Amino acid sequence: MHELSLCNSIQQVVNRAAGDRTVTVVHLRLGRLRQVVPDTLRYCWDLVTADSPLAGSELAIESVAVSARCNACAAGTTIADTLVLLCCECGSPDLELLTGEEFLITTLDLADSGADLG
Amino acid sequence: MGRFHRHDDDTGHGHGHGHGHEHEHDGGHSHEPEADLHGDHSGYATGADRIVVLERIFDENDRRAAENRERLDRAGVLTLNLMSSPGAGKTTVLERTLAAVPDPGRIGIIEGDIETSIDADRLSAVGARVSLLNTANGFGGECHLDAPMVANALDRLDLEGLDLLFVENVGNLVCPAEFDVGAHRSVMVYAITEGEEKPLKYPVMFRAVDAVIVNKMDLLPHLDFDLELFEKNLQTVNPGVETIQVSARTGTGMDAWLAWLRRAER
Repeated sequence: MHELSLCNSIQQVVNRAAGDRTVTVVHLRLGRLRQVVPDTLRYCWDLVTADSPLAGSELAIESVAVSARCNACAAGTTIADTLVLLCCECGSPDLELLTGEEFLITTLDLADSGADLG
Repeated sequence: MGRFHRHDDDTGHGHGHGHGHEHEHDGGHSHEPEADLHGDHSGYATGADRIVVLERIFDENDRRAAENRERLDRAGVLTLNLMSSPGAGKTTVLERTLAAVPDPGRIGIIEGDIETSIDADRLSAVGARVSLLNTANGFGGECHLDAPMVANALDRLDLEGLDLLFVENVGNLVCPAEFDVGAHRSVMVYAITEGEEKPLKYPVMFRAVDAVIVNKMDLLPHLDFDLELFEKNLQTVNPGVETIQVSARTGTGMDAWLAWLRRAER
C-alpha cells in the first residue's frame, strides 16, 4: 500500500545518483520480510516516473530469501513463504535474522553504453 | 525484536570486497562492506554504463526519524507511536488516558488521518495539544505517517510544554510498521473483535511493538474469541511482548495501561 511513497524515495535517490545521465534500469534488492509487493512497486514506478526523465525506465527487483540463525539450537535456517519466524529445526522463535529485510538500490544501468549489460 | 532496528543492508555478512561490484550477477547477496552502505553514494560512478548506488531506500526516512527523536529527547518528551487497524479503539484509549491524568495539557497528540479532523476534535475536547496531519494528497491519501510528516507536525507543537506525546498513526496493520517516525516506543491497540489470528497474518506489525493493548474486553462474553490462542499467536511472533487487557469503553484495565505508561522510558 505504501509502494507509491517508496517509489518517490527511489526516484529521489536515482535522480541524485544519475545526474543528467539517462537511466534504463534501476536494480533493487528486496528482502521477503519487507511488506512490498514487487508488481505493485513496478506499477507505481511507471506512475511516479511518467513525464519525467525516468519515464520508461525499468525496476529490476532481486528478491532475497529470509535466513536466520537460531539462538536456541544454533541451526542456520532458511525460512520460505512465511512471515512467521520460527526455527525449522527446533521451532524456537528466538532467531537472529541474517537476511530478508534488505531494501536497497544497488546499481543503475545507463543508456548509450552500447554494451550488452546482461 | 523491533522492526525499526533495521538490517536492510546485508550487514550480517562482512566480506571485505571493494567497489568492484558492477558485475554483481553472481547469485550472492552479501558482498558489500558495511561502511559502504551509509550516506550518499551518488559519486560512485564506476563506469560509463552502470552506476553503483548501494543506498537503502529507507535511509532518508530513518535519518529524519533520528532527528525527530533527538529533538524530542532535547525537549524531554517521551513519544509513543500508537498503531492499530481502523476501529480498534486508538482514539478512545487516548480519550480515557487524557481523562485519567491530572494535567492533560501536558500531553500532545499527533493525529494521522487520511481525511477529516473528527479524531483530533475529540482529543482537543478533552484537553490535549493536538497537531493534525491529514495525509490525503495526490493519489488519495497515504496509508501511514512517515518521519518528515511527523517533523512538520512537531513544528506546530510547543514541545517544551509537553511531557508525553502520542503519534496516533493511520489505522492500518501493514504500512505504519515500515516507517520509523522517531518515537521512543511503539504500542498497538488490538481489539478482540479482530480475531485470534491477526498476529500471524500481520507479524511485521506485531513484532515491531513494545506492548499490545488488548481492547474491547467488555465484549468477551459475546464473542467466540479464544484469548489464550491469541496470546500464544502473539508470543510466537513477538516473544515476551507485554499485553494489557482493557475496555476503553468502560474503563476497565486502564490502570494497568497507565502504570505501563509511567514505567515507559525514553
